[in-house]
Amino acid sequence: MSNASDFRTCPDTGLKVHKPAEALIKANAVVAVVFLLVGGLMGLLVALTRMPAIHLLPADLFYLALTAHGADILVVWIIFFEIAILYFVSAVLLQCRLATPKLAWVAFFLMLIGAALANYAVLIGEATVMFTSYVPLKAHPFFYLGLILFAVGALIGCFIFLATLVIAKDEKTYEGSLNLVTFGGLIACIIAIFTIATGAVILIPTWLWSMDIIGDIDAELYRLIWWGFGHSSQQINVSAQIAVWYAIGALVFGAKPLSEKVSRTAFLLYLFALQLGSAHHLLSDPATSFAWRAVNTSYAMYLAVLGSMIHALTVPGAIEAAQRRKGLTNGLFEWLRKAPWSNPVFSGMFLSLVLFGFLGGTTGVTMSVQQINMIIHNTIFVPGHFHGTVAVGTTLAFMALTYWLLPVLWRRELFMPKAAQWSTWLFGIGMGGLAIFHMAAGHLGVARRHWDMTFADAAMQFGYSDTVHLFMAIAGVFALIGSVGALFYILVAVGTILMGKKRPDTAPATTSEESVEAATTYGSAVPEHGKGWECPGSMVLVLVFMVFLVVYYFANWKYLSTVWGVS
Amino acid sequence: MSKTSLSSPDRNWWRAPIGLDEIVWISIAFIWGIFMTFMMVYWYYAGDQNQVGESYRITPDAFAAKMETMIEKYQVGEEFDTPVVAVPEGGDIYFGAQQFSFPVIPKLKVGKTYRFHLSSLDVNHGFSIQPINVNLQLVPGYDYILKLTPNSTGDFHVVCNEFCGIGHHEMLGKIIVTD
Repeated sequence: MSNASDFRTCPDTGLKVHKPAEALIKANAVVAVVFLLVGGLMGLLVALTRMPAIHLLPADLFYLALTAHGADILVVWIIFFEIAILYFVSAVLLQCRLATPKLAWVAFFLMLIGAALANYAVLIGEATVMFTSYVPLKAHPFFYLGLILFAVGALIGCFIFLATLVIAKDEKTYEGSLNLVTFGGLIACIIAIFTIATGAVILIPTWLWSMDIIGDIDAELYRLIWWGFGHSSQQINVSAQIAVWYAIGALVFGAKPLSEKVSRTAFLLYLFALQLGSAHHLLSDPATSFAWRAVNTSYAMYLAVLGSMIHALTVPGAIEAAQRRKGLTNGLFEWLRKAPWSNPVFSGMFLSLVLFGFLGGTTGVTMSVQQINMIIHNTIFVPGHFHGTVAVGTTLAFMALTYWLLPVLWRRELFMPKAAQWSTWLFGIGMGGLAIFHMAAGHLGVARRHWDMTFADAAMQFGYSDTVHLFMAIAGVFALIGSVGALFYILVAVGTILMGKKRPDTAPATTSEESVEAATTYGSAVPEHGKGWECPGSMVLVLVFMVFLVVYYFANWKYLSTVWGVS
Repeated sequence: MSKTSLSSPDRNWWRAPIGLDEIVWISIAFIWGIFMTFMMVYWYYAGDQNQVGESYRITPDAFAAKMETMIEKYQVGEEFDTPVVAVPEGGDIYFGAQQFSFPVIPKLKVGKTYRFHLSSLDVNHGFSIQPINVNLQLVPGYDYILKLTPNSTGDFHVVCNEFCGIGHHEMLGKIIVTD
């Protein structure tokens, strides 16, 4: 049970904050950032090796660094941060106590030990099997055990989140339905439970197999179930990052959803359809029928894509409507021009939204078309795509949220605020550029996870065109730019925590309260909800997006139609 | 505090009307999704590029034996210590990769169709025809049969684009297509 001394009142938001929850949020976020540093450094080494002029690492270290980069960024950084988000959107936003903080610490240490163990196996060179560890490539048992312990810890975190929702309901700390952001967190949590359970289904037998306790595992079955974990874990990210987008819209602009019904249904579509995404990785494989591939790869007729496309309108639309209520009603885009672009909380969020849609979204929809998949499968197009989702989407959104959380939770001013301002742009442009040039090189056939595209060690001779070498060199430059952005982010985060200027406990009123006043003053200039166009600027943005998607989609069909006959 | 995305919605939120923007956009997105679904089905029946093929389970030993038989029967030369095989049109070409080499160099005729049996004798490998850029997965334990029809002549290379071990980048194969 809790008592009043377990809570403090946040001077910024007026929220009642459960101190044990706050300590856990901080711990999970800090460890997340540490692993972003480790994984990011590995990524930089990989990028510098793939730059033809530098070709930094020898082959064995390249594959080692690539394995570590995948595991530390895709799993460790992101899931630690997501656990922090889940605790935040439950205990803090619902103003209740976190369920079983002691167990939450157990979960935290399980995840930490698991991550350390998996990293140890990789760094001693005994687990150079890539993050996907397709059997029968075999890693040290510690690699699988580390991931399993990490997953168990994360699973406990998910159930603590759910238990906290029950407490909030029971103690009536909110009325009616959950707020939209916590609802998005709930969807992320349910997907996470499915995902982690799937991971256990495949990683536990693989761990036993790595110790010769059980016999062979079917290589295709492994790919099917592993991707139920590997792909679905990216769907946790999508849900969490969109919840963060809505949260930042509310924190910076006082935005509320255009329609609660529409935004929540879009989240529900994720819940119903996203798990089918495992099929995206098996489209150029043996063993499954066309019907299975078509239903799964399209998320049952593009239902999850529909969810994302809805958010693509409603996230900026909610911000636009809030800005218009404040009187920024001139033309289509005054609301966007006069947005606080120098505030990294906003710039990070909006760059994340735009880049995720244009780079990650359009390419994801196209590459997962059953037939088109064979012109990009396992080319460097694929890493290009997921840097357009996980790097510029999820990671950038989490960076933006961090800049809001740091002063509020740690009660300190941002350390080097200029670096914070630059970081979102540098990281967004760097990773966005890397994504574009990797995708371009992939369209020209460059293999992913490949140390030497000049094939110097092969008996035969083959080389890609000069264009490809240029593209990979440019991608490397963008990787450097992105790395500077990530480094600024880490410096600001660590610097703020260790030596940021202490903030008084009586801070000025928040922007969301100003927006209340603004809304009542200017409210009449905007059409009432449900009547007329509420967000014409956002509508134009999504229509531009649609045109881009349609053109890109058909260009790929055209490309496919020129290759050899395959049937 | 006024209502934002961070506060509980009004009691009747489910009955609140949906805005015009949302209705228009959801309709466009929904129709596009249906279109994309049927585009995939259309291409399955009408297009020339479909990689579903046929699949059977097979042990690596059994696959290697079939490959040996094919080489004995159809070998026409050798390049880079690799047998060059010229299987007649419509024939079966067994292509089972292993760390870190491709087994044969198929010699094909342009415009003719061949049944490629794609597999691996050890771990997962990639089958990436360059610069055509057709990319397929070689999975141990499976006989993945696809009918390939080259539409251009020349020497094409096969790149392994699935990580298969430290010598992964040494894997390079070849397909010769003549008139």
